[in-house]
Amino acid sequence: MQNRLTRRAFLATAGASLGAVHVSATGFPEELGAPPRPYGERSPFEHSVRFLPKSSTPASSYSRTPLQDLVGIVTPSALHYEVHHSGVPEIDPQYHEVMIHGLVERPLIFTMEDLHRLPSISRIHFLECAGNSGGEQIGRPAINPQRSHGLLSCSEWTGVPLRTLLEQVGLKSSARWIVAEGVDAGRMARSIPLEKAVDDVLVAYGQNGEALRPEQGYPVRLIVPGWEGNTNIKWLRRVQVVEQPSMTAYETGHYTDLMPDGTARQFTFVMEAKSVITRPAGDQQLSGSGFYEITGLAWSGRGRITRAEVSTDGGRSWQEAQLNEPILPKALTRFRLPWWWDGKETSLQSRCTDETGYLQPTREELLSVRGLHATDHYNGIKIWYVHADGSVSRE
Amino acid sequence: MNKTAFCTICLVIAEVTATLGQSQQYKLGRPATPKEIRELDISVAPDGSGLPKGSGTVTEGQSVYKTLCANCHGDRGQGMLQYPALAGGQGTLKSKDPLLTVGSFWPYATTVWDFIHRTMPYARPGTLTPNQTYSVTAFVLYLNGILDKDAKLDESTLPRVKMPNRNGFVPDPRPDVHNKPD
Repeated sequence: MQNRLTRRAFLATAGASLGAVHVSATGFPEELGAPPRPYGERSPFEHSVRFLPKSSTPASSYSRTPLQDLVGIVTPSALHYEVHHSGVPEIDPQYHEVMIHGLVERPLIFTMEDLHRLPSISRIHFLECAGNSGGEQIGRPAINPQRSHGLLSCSEWTGVPLRTLLEQVGLKSSARWIVAEGVDAGRMARSIPLEKAVDDVLVAYGQNGEALRPEQGYPVRLIVPGWEGNTNIKWLRRVQVVEQPSMTAYETGHYTDLMPDGTARQFTFVMEAKSVITRPAGDQQLSGSGFYEITGLAWSGRGRITRAEVSTDGGRSWQEAQLNEPILPKALTRFRLPWWWDGKETSLQSRCTDETGYLQPTREELLSVRGLHATDHYNGIKIWYVHADGSVSRE
Repeated sequence: MNKTAFCTICLVIAEVTATLGQSQQYKLGRPATPKEIRELDISVAPDGSGLPKGSGTVTEGQSVYKTLCANCHGDRGQGMLQYPALAGGQGTLKSKDPLLTVGSFWPYATTVWDFIHRTMPYARPGTLTPNQTYSVTAFVLYLNGILDKDAKLDESTLPRVKMPNRNGFVPDPRPDVHNKPD
């Protein structure tokens, strides 16, 4: 739809990849292609990248996943969104250890080798920053899915259930919470209730079949399925079992939503059911009336998505979209709906329902309860506007 | 959280701790020595546990602040550009333009100490000594009118500081939007 390469740009790109055999649309190669290589790269014709804001403190910044360019549900590791508060540390796994202590019978230190020897599992889960699409909440809709919803990604994570590690150290009866801490420069720490810690939290060293990327917590991180991104402590160094939460800055001063009555909600962990259409979407161009497949992503921190619906008439009617397999709990689920565009101005929006029966609300419904200052954990319906000239925009 | 829900969670946790006790032991990992735990454990809790011995005055904090903090946060904690304000905002939380600062919003003084200790100064996090951390914490609380000019903080007085918004937090009540499909 968009970013169609001109012939000149195509030739320039093609010429830049030295030694490659170029195959035109009408021809066949007359020489041998490139040999295998030890670590693969994508095609030189693919250019999708993360979006980085301008920042004078780049170590405390973020990057956004180009949702509109992706297919399926898994985010390539190189395009996984990032939020760092004190930069990405470089850690040699040979010297990295995870200590578990506090209200335990036997405080233990695990090397990376220990962790790799323990029984492992793999799970596909989304990660979403609590602040994802906060701009939509305050009435500043973003130009495209990357800018509006790109603090969202989904990977297959591999590692040891935190429960297994807690079994090794043995919990004292007063244990109620854990405090997980990273070894980044700011030693990011968050408190997590024990009930969640022994349910489905993963001490993950693998992402999409290989080691975690440095910006995703190499060599080991927490995955706290369905919960706000900040609790998923990267570069995990220490897990302390405690009776009361630590009340760290990121669970008191931040990620606590201020309500109109002046109170703030605390431990707002779950990322609620949410969806976004990724194609056709803002910043894209339809090339005339006719058939298009509307597609997007739906997810819920409370479990599986059971339904995704799309409205192509400004929210007057809703059509049930098809959910692509696999439909996994606390993972991105791709939906799609065939659409014949009549060439007239309209809008496109999606909403989803999860297995608890929760239906994704409109922005107005959320604002009526939470007001304008609760910019984290926003999950309102997102609307894209299709214009008669085929352009799609945020308004 | 209501009482029934709380009791249910307690029961679940009692069950969890009981079952964890009988689980498979893989005999991996080495014992963490008290010294290793001491060196790594920097957690500070609202009751003051984890605070190292030490102390600092508002006056000492003013001089540390001037050298290490004022460049970003402003000489009176007013904030600059993306660097947040540290002072002000009390009484604004219900208003159209709430200003969330350490003084107007943060519920525990121990959190201020812990955050400064871990994360500040921004470019050299973790380099402040415990005494410097006590003193800068004292100065920031003084900027917010929470401590007097001649105040001094140590490991026993810091947890007793009453923050203005101590009771401003409520447990997550979601789902808070009760809507049904058409």
